[in-house]
Amino acid sequence: MPVMDKLKAISGSIAIVGVAESDNIGRVPEKGPMELHAEAGRNALADAGIDKSEVDGVFTAGYSTYDIAEYMGITPHFTDSTSVGGSSFVIHIAHAMAAIAAGYCEVALITHGESGRSNRARAGGNPGLAGAQYEAPYGIMGAPIGYSLAANRYMHQYGEDRTREAMANIAVSTRKWANMNEKAYFYDTPMSFDEYHDSRWVSWPFHLPDCCLVTDAGAAIVITSAERAKSTKKGGVNVLGVAEGHDHSVLHQMPDLTRTWGRHTGPQALEMAGLSHDDLDLAMIYDSFTYTVLATLESLGFCGPGEGPDFVADQRTAPGGDFPLNTSGGGLSYTHPGMYGIFTVVEAVRQLRGETGQRQLDTCELAMAHGTGGTLSSTGTVILARD
Amino acid sequence: MADGYNKPIPIPQPESDNYWEGAKAGELRLRKCDDCNQAYFYPRNICPECGNNNTSWIVASGNAKIHTFAIVHRPPHPGFMDDVPYVPAIVELEEGPRMATQIINVEADPSVISIDMAVKVVFESITDEISLPKFEPA
Repeated sequence: MPVMDKLKAISGSIAIVGVAESDNIGRVPEKGPMELHAEAGRNALADAGIDKSEVDGVFTAGYSTYDIAEYMGITPHFTDSTSVGGSSFVIHIAHAMAAIAAGYCEVALITHGESGRSNRARAGGNPGLAGAQYEAPYGIMGAPIGYSLAANRYMHQYGEDRTREAMANIAVSTRKWANMNEKAYFYDTPMSFDEYHDSRWVSWPFHLPDCCLVTDAGAAIVITSAERAKSTKKGGVNVLGVAEGHDHSVLHQMPDLTRTWGRHTGPQALEMAGLSHDDLDLAMIYDSFTYTVLATLESLGFCGPGEGPDFVADQRTAPGGDFPLNTSGGGLSYTHPGMYGIFTVVEAVRQLRGETGQRQLDTCELAMAHGTGGTLSSTGTVILARD
Repeated sequence: MADGYNKPIPIPQPESDNYWEGAKAGELRLRKCDDCNQAYFYPRNICPECGNNNTSWIVASGNAKIHTFAIVHRPPHPGFMDDVPYVPAIVELEEGPRMATQIINVEADPSVISIDMAVKVVFESITDEISLPKFEPA
């Protein structure tokens, strides 16, 4: 089990000093995924005012770090290709904290890039893995089907109508945030409750707007010690709490389809930070699907099991509501190339710095960024604070 | 094998040869830990609960209940184009473990299918080597 005394000793020891997307996100067929990594990495280093030659720790998922580092011309002394789906890039922050605290490296670069919409390569799987033998033959492939299976279990336990209303609330409130973010895929496309309810089925109980976008995009994060962060271009956003883990890979092995590993990472990250849920000004929670948000809010401890529908009722998570959630427009309406987790951190850092224009929160000093990976399989949580 | 079967086909692995041979023979074979005295899915020689390898094979009754299901309208793979809407599911076997499957021989309608509905195994032959355990209303 995590040793809280040791974790608390390194709370606040690192800071995020650069964040960026690739030059373009959305439909980017003219660039491949490696280029999206490199472009985002260069942009994040520029945001930090740190030269590429100073990067000595490299972190990525979906590719091996040696592919990305070679492409960018970086020769790191610390390398971490931990790849557990869309939460990986949040988890990399925890690993960067451990590496910097232990002295393995001083400047960590986390990169992401995927051509989810325009990719020319077809993904291949390992036929020995459980998913290939025991799920794919039944047409249980791809995220919407797995997550819809979990969502129906939640409906059964906590009521179909209130679950449906909660998913609609999340879809509509997230869209409102996207309508305030000019980088968002659906910036110019509002969505009403009627449009939500009238949309087509993808995999019942999911309507199309219950499902995240499929886009092309990259993003990157630069991290260094809190001490060194003070002399960077924009200063640092301190990392106060981190947590990670997973409890299954394939969906049918998930112990409880309504509870994610966030049940551990939410409390751990907050305790490490010495904070409680009520202290947070912003929650950036991976929204691969509306249901992911519902199950995650409960698992993280913002409310109890089955209480999520009341928690998100009446557009409480929309602009002007008292629980700002996914202010970029999220994976549902801003961008989602495949492993979206890094974008939760990018938006949280920008809100904490006061860089988000018309969607800027009046008060944003403490934020949670939370990633989910696989089929509700892995989670990573970080607590971020304005210096 | 039906001509033109173009859905994903399981490739048996050393620890699952017996499972797939069982399915071809019309048996749903499970691993059971003789230390925990508990059946588990999917087949592994080492018990995922206690970590011991004092494990054996049993033949499941084939009786189960639906733990959850969905109704797929947009095919995730070209092989399922003609199947939509179809009903992927997780079922809970009488012996305890859960497995992923499809519910067949039922209308793909959430007002007809329900969680906790009793189902029983049927084996669908897809190649000379592979039959898939699917489930239908009991």
